[in-house]
Amino acid sequence: MEHYLSLLFKAIFVENMALAFFLGMCSFLAVSRKVETAIGLGAAVIFVLTVTAPMNYLIYTYLLQEGALTWLSPGLAEVDLSFLTFLTFIGTIAAMVQIVEMVIDRFSPKLYNVLGVFLPLIAVNCAILGGSLFLVERNYTLGESAVFGVGAGVGFALALIALSAIREKLRYSDIPGGLRGLGITFIVTGLMALGFMAFSGIQL
Amino acid sequence: MSAKTRKTLLEPIFTNNPISIQVLGICSALAVTTRLETAVVMSMAVISVMTLSNLSVSLIRNFIPPSIRIIIQLTIIASLVIVTDQILKAFLYEISQQLSVFVGLIITNCIVMGRAEAFAMQNRPLASIIDGFGNGLGYSVILIAVAFFRELLGVGTLFNIQVLPVVSEGGWYVPNGLMVLAPAAFFLIGLFIWAHRSLNPDLQEEE
Repeated sequence: MEHYLSLLFKAIFVENMALAFFLGMCSFLAVSRKVETAIGLGAAVIFVLTVTAPMNYLIYTYLLQEGALTWLSPGLAEVDLSFLTFLTFIGTIAAMVQIVEMVIDRFSPKLYNVLGVFLPLIAVNCAILGGSLFLVERNYTLGESAVFGVGAGVGFALALIALSAIREKLRYSDIPGGLRGLGITFIVTGLMALGFMAFSGIQL
Repeated sequence: MSAKTRKTLLEPIFTNNPISIQVLGICSALAVTTRLETAVVMSMAVISVMTLSNLSVSLIRNFIPPSIRIIIQLTIIASLVIVTDQILKAFLYEISQQLSVFVGLIITNCIVMGRAEAFAMQNRPLASIIDGFGNGLGYSVILIAVAFFRELLGVGTLFNIQVLPVVSEGGWYVPNGLMVLAPAAFFLIGLFIWAHRSLNPDLQEEE
């Protein structure tokens, strides 16, 4: 239990998807103008990462990994399909996003309206694919993948909402012409990353 | 070189840079810029994937049904990235280990898909190749510039060759540890954008 808690904490704060690994930056910068939309995208990312991380873990372990197909027949022990990882993962993510979209539409039209256009866009968000690739690289187990998926999503949402709140305030400040908009957003993100680094010394 | 070709090639490098103006493809770009070496390899990977994906999409642009074009583009890009990844693993194994998941993330790099969607779907193959190459180059310019400063100021080396003699080896330069960490990349890009837009006032945003 303790192990999972520390993994969750690590995924949210220390190894924050957006601020430590620069993943999902495009939507991070594009959708952080308003707190409201940031919350929508944040919720959608948490949702999709939570579903796709364990899902992709299962696919990798039982279909793609070297020797993964032995459960079908012992003769397939030599087969290594891991070169198909990228293609399968992106396919799974796109399919999951589609399913999640339909489920939300069916059971909670209200949430569906809030998330709106952000749901389909998530399929090409690097944070989602990055999350799946990290769990392969770090050899997580099924439980760890699930916890990591939740943590990575929450961390991304947290950073996104914090940045959008700062940007709403920034609108009232007097910024030099060349820095206005994108430039100052980068600098603020850098300062936030600096702040999040304070967590890295914490041992759990 | 005709004027139009030159415009397609040079525009994304200076006036319409994919990173500093179009805000595309930042995701995978920044994490690989702690060393010049990895940045150069990453740039080459992105340039080749973009050029080839633009070419492939452009070649079959008249046969792609509009409703499933995204998935087709994704499949083409993913296949090209797989090939690139395998080549890197075969010939540059150590660097491919350092790049870790970021080669795979070229797939979701918005710039590759953005150009396929915005340019290659409407233009002839030759023009699309030039556009892909130009945008890849524009991306690389920023990537390599950031990596140059991060490696030089962070550890005092360039391509792993000592340029500034560091204190721990009897020199005079005290390495700036911040440069190796994530925030420095954000600051550097922010400063690049500032400089770029101050020189081109018409690019400035009104907020």
